[in-house]
Amino acid sequence: MSGAHFEYVQRLGDNALILGQRLSEWCGHSPFLEEDIATANTALDLIGRARMLYTHAAVLEGRGRDEDALAYGRDERGFGNFLICELPRGDYAFTLVRQYLLDVYHQRLFHALCASSDLTLAAIAGKAVKEDVYHVRRSADWVVRLGDGTDESHARCQAALDELWAYTGEMFAGDAIDDAMAKAGIGVPPGALKQGWMDEVGALLSHATLKLPADEWQASGGRAGLHTEHMGRLLAELQFMQRAYPGLKW
Amino acid sequence: MTPSTALRARSAALAALRAALDEVCDPEIPILTIADLGVLRDVRIDDGCATVVITPTYSGCPAMHAIEDDIYRVLGAAGYRGVKVVTQLAPAWTTDWLTPVARAKLLSVGIVPPLASSDKRALLGTEICCPRCASRQTERVSEFGSTACKALYRCRSCLEPFDYFKCL
Repeated sequence: MSGAHFEYVQRLGDNALILGQRLSEWCGHSPFLEEDIATANTALDLIGRARMLYTHAAVLEGRGRDEDALAYGRDERGFGNFLICELPRGDYAFTLVRQYLLDVYHQRLFHALCASSDLTLAAIAGKAVKEDVYHVRRSADWVVRLGDGTDESHARCQAALDELWAYTGEMFAGDAIDDAMAKAGIGVPPGALKQGWMDEVGALLSHATLKLPADEWQASGGRAGLHTEHMGRLLAELQFMQRAYPGLKW
Repeated sequence: MTPSTALRARSAALAALRAALDEVCDPEIPILTIADLGVLRDVRIDDGCATVVITPTYSGCPAMHAIEDDIYRVLGAAGYRGVKVVTQLAPAWTTDWLTPVARAKLLSVGIVPPLASSDKRALLGTEICCPRCASRQTERVSEFGSTACKALYRCRSCLEPFDYFKCL
């Protein structure tokens, strides 16, 4: 049970770190300055969140590891993030559609986690959910602008949505760890978030003139450490300095 | 020492500690001290050691690290020993903790202070007046401004851009 608790919190940190890393790739490359700043700020929120979650997970584990050891010292198989977080950033439509799908999920998840019996997790969730209000507002705004924009922006948004849809199932497919944590009053049963997420996302996508893809094959494996081919490259860049020079500080 | 003198000495020591901490400012908005911001939550002195409790504004705010370093530096220089900085997450920081002094300081440098978060219009981002010409004809340029805590606006009357300190 304490192992499951550690894993649960660590996986929440993995989602935040990997998505934050992907978003931060836009820093200096966004379409225009205001968006560059917005993207970097959102990435910072996510990475800050990952730090708090990892610090808490390390305490739960009680083996003397810290946030850096969890972020930089684990191999691909040790990460339990959703596959959707690690997919390459694609074009700006892809980045924003992904962000929107995850922002809405995170807002609902952290809202529910505010009631967690793990008071540290509830405190982190309380912080995160306030920031998510701004994240959702921005990404939703862009999905509507691009989806209901020019033929080109609409086509790119629809293509992004079609590709990403197969990766959304993972958010609501719980495993033994989720079940144990939900039972203990620490976590949220992932299935419980699905309907609310679908209603909110469905309404916005239709407002953005985007077509909801059919529910077909769904990718899975991220939570068990079975990742896409992109994860290794992402980690190589993320972890290089600490792997090459362990304990490096600057 | 009688209990009341002990009590008086204790509150004087805490007041001195708070006064020393008035030198610690937000590195990104240096007119604000951490007390103005509401980041400073508590100070304690136990057995001659000072403990400073702070709370982060945004999860990823890069200023938090600098603030922590500054607390150690300022208190070290003021002769405090065994200083400990504790980060407290709950209750989560809110812009409602900005002091009236902080709000006046923000406005004085052209940053619009957050509307009260209990006001629904605040969250919708409406009713934000230009800090220069007080016009209500303003528009949001970006949800995220020069720092995580600010949004970028533009005045449609005087055409000047300005920062708005967002409600959180």
